[in-house]
Amino acid sequence: MVKQFLMNLLLAFTWVALTGVLYYSNFLFGFAIGFFLLWLMNRNERDQRYFNRVPKIIGFVLYFLYEMVKANIQVAYDVITPKFFMKPGIVKYPMEAESDFEINMLSTMIALTPGTLVIDVSEDRKVLYIHAMYMKSKEQFIEQIKERVERRLLEIIR
Amino acid sequence: MINIIIGVLCTIGALAILVAAIGILRMPDFYLRLSVTVKAATLGGGLLLLSAAFYFPEEVSVTTKALAIIFFLILTAPVAAHLIARSAYFIGTAQWEGTADDDLAGMYDKETHQLSSGNTPVNALPPKAEPELGTDDETV
Repeated sequence: MVKQFLMNLLLAFTWVALTGVLYYSNFLFGFAIGFFLLWLMNRNERDQRYFNRVPKIIGFVLYFLYEMVKANIQVAYDVITPKFFMKPGIVKYPMEAESDFEINMLSTMIALTPGTLVIDVSEDRKVLYIHAMYMKSKEQFIEQIKERVERRLLEIIR
Repeated sequence: MINIIIGVLCTIGALAILVAAIGILRMPDFYLRLSVTVKAATLGGGLLLLSAAFYFPEEVSVTTKALAIIFFLILTAPVAAHLIARSAYFIGTAQWEGTADDDLAGMYDKETHQLSSGNTPVNALPPKAEPELGTDDETV
């Protein structure tokens, strides 16, 4: 997987050097061409993880940006209008992530979604304590984060 | 076309920072203030930097710097928020009276600052191993 990624980078840089135009847009274009070429060459190989993962990562980033903007609008509405609609609380969130890197990525993602704030990780690394701004019911909140963030994230990392 | 993109990004970023500033004044308790500020400031700063990157398309160095700053902003802001919120909870910062639930209550060991997950009682946690001086202990 790492090998294919490095190969893709090399192809992108070759493209940049051949065209002689050092812009980011050109680099991304070269990366896309390299990705396509590598996919074509590796079609019969058994290890397809890299080619499945790259589209998923792009999809996840776009989805996350969309969620972030949506939640930001909700928070902004509550800040500007005189009445408070929020119902804050600290929720115990049982997580499926296990390794240090997974927990780190998960808590970063949760912390960057507006209205949620990771307070701490428990000592046995099974539970996150999250301060939520909008908590209609605890189960619904936990379900929401599991569906929207954790499952997609672990799909990419693992 | 590129001017429209820059204008939209700048406007949204500035508005996000404005909302964060109003949120600091208006929110009723500390955790909500923190919660509003950190994200909106990250989003606002990121969008302003992104519009700067779009403004100088010929300069690769500017784009690289802008992307690096956004990356480190995203990486560090949640850690800072987590540390501030944790220490605020330790010293017992009051929560708003509208707060619905507090799962964290009674989960901290006051002496050792260890956090239980609720499966085992707080005082039954194994004592934390004393870090030995002068050795790099990678295993946690």
